Amino acid sequence: MTHPLLSVEEVVVDFETRAGKARVLDHVSLEVASGEILGIVGESGCGKSMTALSIMGLVPDPPGKVTSGSIKLEGRELVGLDHESLRRIRGKDIGMIFQEPMTSLNPVFTVGEQIAESIRLHENASPKAAMARAVEMLRSVEIPEPEMRAKAYPHQLSGGMRQRVMIAIALACRPRVLIADEPTTALDATVQAQIFDLLQDLQSEMGTAIILITHDMGAIAELADNVAVMYAGRVVEKGRVETVLSAPEHPYTKGLITCVPHLEPDPPIEREVLMEIPGVVPALTELGVGCAFAPRCAEKIAQCESAKPALRASPDAHLTACWVAEQEAGR
Amino acid sequence: MSLWKAIVTRIGYGLLLLLAVLVLNFTLISIAPGDIADSIAGDMGGADAEVIEEIRERYGLNEPFYVQLWKYMSGVFRFDLGYSYFFNVPVTEIVLERLPATLLLVVSAQVLAIVSGTFLGVLAAKNPRGILNAVVTFLALFGFAAPVFWTGILLIIAFVSVIPIFPVGGMRDVTVEGGFFVQTLDLLYHLVLPMVTLASIYLALYSRLARASMQEVLGADYVRTARAKGVPERTVLYKHALKNALGPVITVAGLQFASVISGAVVVETVFSWPGLGTLALQSILARDTPTIMGILFFSSLVVIVFNILTDIALRLVDPRIKSG
Repeated sequence: MTHPLLSVEEVVVDFETRAGKARVLDHVSLEVASGEILGIVGESGCGKSMTALSIMGLVPDPPGKVTSGSIKLEGRELVGLDHESLRRIRGKDIGMIFQEPMTSLNPVFTVGEQIAESIRLHENASPKAAMARAVEMLRSVEIPEPEMRAKAYPHQLSGGMRQRVMIAIALACRPRVLIADEPTTALDATVQAQIFDLLQDLQSEMGTAIILITHDMGAIAELADNVAVMYAGRVVEKGRVETVLSAPEHPYTKGLITCVPHLEPDPPIEREVLMEIPGVVPALTELGVGCAFAPRCAEKIAQCESAKPALRASPDAHLTACWVAEQEAGR
Repeated sequence: MSLWKAIVTRIGYGLLLLLAVLVLNFTLISIAPGDIADSIAGDMGGADAEVIEEIRERYGLNEPFYVQLWKYMSGVFRFDLGYSYFFNVPVTEIVLERLPATLLLVVSAQVLAIVSGTFLGVLAAKNPRGILNAVVTFLALFGFAAPVFWTGILLIIAFVSVIPIFPVGGMRDVTVEGGFFVQTLDLLYHLVLPMVTLASIYLALYSRLARASMQEVLGADYVRTARAKGVPERTVLYKHALKNALGPVITVAGLQFASVISGAVVVETVFSWPGLGTLALQSILARDTPTIMGILFFSSLVVIVFNILTDIALRLVDPRIKSG
């Protein structure tokens, strides 16, 4: 891997809840290089969005807190940075797109105004110049008649249009890193494809690194260079997309892949075994000493319930945190 | 322009409403037992039936109800609200003379209550576990529970007797001499206590509303978007969140206008503020029907005008509100 633009190292995020302390992120490490797309996959509640928020410095506090770890953007430490410096980075160096385009835009300002705001904030542009740039952004996210649309309010646009506006906001200041948190979950299938195409085009044009959070394995296969699979606040497997998808090692990854009908890993996994992953993600306050996936795992061995497996590298920089995989590799 | 269309429609409805108010007021007062003749006779120190009958004849009180109503309504369309028996001047004249004082009191109290209530609400919502939240809750309960006249009297005791920094009542000091500026200052000086008294109830209401509304808005996705854009926290609060949270405050403030005017009647009496409230009290005691009707007419007019303004304000704040 080339020199990482953004690196997340051993980040731990804890939440104080009534049910006790919940470790929302447990020593998460990720890195993304310039011009690369990193996919983060996992079920709801696995810590994907929390990873994004911790990078943005937006972990809700209280009740959340980045307990330890380091997040570096081009070598600059972000954890523990003061509010003002973080604010200057948000929207300028790191942009973010959210899951819900219907509610993520402010209903009482025009979309042009909302795009122009970040340009005004981060580049000291005059209102007029910022608005002109906003119109240009609308054009580059392929919204027809951008001059007119800039004056529209969010409720006058469709879901797909609104997500394009969100992308325009996130990319307005040409950030080095774009975090897309399930950008297409709320959209129609055809619109999803358009949004992914758009993201890919803009990325190759601007050279932005993208962290794509999704549970759509198809999108990961198509777009991402690297992938990290998260489960219960931990990264359980990561590596090059080709490697991870064709030869998944963690049973959870295998499960996620077999849940997608048209993706055939090589060698094929027995379909009857894992058409769906039984059970649900455990409550983070009730994690035991063993592997968090063990209760749902079809391949578990005795060791799985007594100790947490660490990420271990196999060839091709393919890392897996699984006792079974380790045993098989050792054989 | 849909905004203009909406305004014109609202004015149309407002005029219809005003007409209904006039008819209703006239009917209610006609139904009520006793009339001006009794009152005048009483002032004369008693009169026999013949004199009373003569008075009734002179004021047209013996005519059928619908004729009286018709005469009154056709007068109103010529902006003639009748003649005050008690003050011996045309009703329009005396009401218009008193109206500015009431408007000043009502509007300044509303503005004070809305602005400071919203501000307190925002601060409380920003820090739901903070001391300010407790203060706002306490103020809200206190301001809401305390009767206006009692608050007024307490303020008079506190700031006129104990710490004498404000005048006890009235609207201006006749001994003050000077130009427009000095006169205005004197007026504002007299305005402080009645304004604060009247604002106290509504301040409580608006701060609670603003707090609840802000708390909801601060959890919204678009607030997170604003933070993700790197918008400074102050701008997040006062621009992105507040503009969304203002709707309920404006709506309720508009609806409360009628109630503020009736509150003003009490406050004006406590502080001898020469507005419509004191006039209303005097004319009710004197059974001065035309003046009472005139006051009701103008206060309805004020309420309707402010409701239209509220509507316009809501539309300016929230583009999602459709015209109609």
